Amino acid sequence: MHQSTLAQLSAALESKEISSEELTRLYLERCKKFNDSLNCFITINEDEAIKKAKLADQQRAENKHTALTGIPVAQKDIFCTNGIKTSCGSKMLDNFIAPYDATVVEKMNAAGFIMLGKTNMDEFAMGSSNETSFYGPVKNPWNTDYVPGGSSGGSASAVAARLTPIATGTDTGGSIRQPASLCGITGLKPTYGRVSRYGMIAFASSLDQGGPMALTAEDAALMMNVIAGFDERDSTSAEQQVDDYTKNLNNSIEGLKIGLPKEYFGEGLDSNIAKIVEDGIKELEKLGATCKEIELPNTELSIPAYYVVAPAECSSNLSRFDGVRFGYRCDDPKDLSDLYTRSRGEGFGKEVKRRIMIGAYVLSAGYYDAYYLKAQQIRHLIRDDFQNAFKDVDVIAGPTATGTAFKLNEMIDDPVSMYLSDLYTVSVNLAGLPAISVPAGFDNNLPVGLQLIGNYFEESRLLNIAHQFQQATDHHKAIPEGFE
Amino acid sequence: MSLDKSEVQKIAWLARLAIDEQDIPNYSVELSNILDLVERMNSVDTDGISPLAHPLELPARLRGDEITEKDQREHFQKHAPLTDEGCYLVPKVIE
Repeated sequence: MHQSTLAQLSAALESKEISSEELTRLYLERCKKFNDSLNCFITINEDEAIKKAKLADQQRAENKHTALTGIPVAQKDIFCTNGIKTSCGSKMLDNFIAPYDATVVEKMNAAGFIMLGKTNMDEFAMGSSNETSFYGPVKNPWNTDYVPGGSSGGSASAVAARLTPIATGTDTGGSIRQPASLCGITGLKPTYGRVSRYGMIAFASSLDQGGPMALTAEDAALMMNVIAGFDERDSTSAEQQVDDYTKNLNNSIEGLKIGLPKEYFGEGLDSNIAKIVEDGIKELEKLGATCKEIELPNTELSIPAYYVVAPAECSSNLSRFDGVRFGYRCDDPKDLSDLYTRSRGEGFGKEVKRRIMIGAYVLSAGYYDAYYLKAQQIRHLIRDDFQNAFKDVDVIAGPTATGTAFKLNEMIDDPVSMYLSDLYTVSVNLAGLPAISVPAGFDNNLPVGLQLIGNYFEESRLLNIAHQFQQATDHHKAIPEGFE
Repeated sequence: MSLDKSEVQKIAWLARLAIDEQDIPNYSVELSNILDLVERMNSVDTDGISPLAHPLELPARLRGDEITEKDQREHFQKHAPLTDEGCYLVPKVIE
């Protein structure tokens, strides 16, 4: 049962083959059994989950349910959950019990999802390996000596190990797609503004976007139907009609025009990864798509621009953590300034401090034009590159990550190398576009993801292509050894 | 780009972060490396390009100036490190 997709679980619940309580207990047992080795959960929500599952069974008995009522889910610990610890992977919020639900959580609760727990993540979503978490690194179920990617590493690892049928993630520079790629699951980063950011702890507000991390594109579509949509509590939420994301899944992709950016297949890409991604694209051609080479000439500049915009916004957003209203406070502050600086110095980890300082520096008097303004100009160029490309092609395809998962501790002391591994993901965030990573094969028994980038609000098309790809391939069905 | 000790200390102060004296050399190297990476931006001429702050360039939404939130002070203050009679407590700032 734990190998099932959402659609299968929904059918099993509907036919009374299993109750929500049984299903929830089954996943909770797996969470508890494997969390010691994978460390993908910060909080397991056992009692509350069973209570909610019983309620779901009652709702089903009374015919007051949705298709998803009673299906378990894991929430990334960046989403506020009323009455439940919401740590964001940080010592700063280790004692924080969220006083309200994020919109995403509220919507999923209303649809009847049962929250199993809160997943581990890089501290404040800053990292590509899940090693910056205050709660220790998450392990990759394909090989526990390796990282799961980040920052939504706990969600990716939990879904890949079948500890939850689906999970939420957030993506500021690749934090849904890169761990999805490294753990062999499907991860969708929606268009900026498509999913509400209300109650999602802010890292870089003009880049952050929540989305599904699932076993299949169909499951991602089912979750998108629940979480997408306008929210007046998020000032940058898009007032745009929401598609039924399952509607086009079965459409043929005959005639689809795919652009292959030459910058995504150049040096820096591991040759085995290139081969697997190219094979994946050939699969799409077999389904009737045609490919052409395109140019995204400013791709190289996306990393430097991102590492100005994201830290600048993070230094501003994280100024709220001051030891006064909530979160960590240092012992015996001698004055107000000592309270602020020591609470922050002791409450934040190394990577978060680095990024806050970079942000403070690039925004400081005299440097604004040289860094922040320049980065925003480059951001404009990057968006224009994509818009030019979309005049000729329907979607863009390429690798999600420059390589497969790397070993724990391999890159943690070299932030710049870690940043450079985000090459194929950050430009999508700078442009605000939707993109999906789907499993495309294995290199040395470690998963490789294929990334598809769409134009604004074309999640439905991406999910359609990904679903068609998954009808023709089996990569997404592979289960890591020991987790069958 | 190379940041010296006093620059690292200045940035840490701007960011209100207490950092250990012994960590400064490390920060100095790491932050300098990141700024070197960032300076690759200078390889392209951006004169005349308008800055893009928001990917969809949507105008900010406005709403009526009406009270929409109810008072939840007690609920929110349950999570505060130190409060008294509805106020957040901090060390004395005025002698």
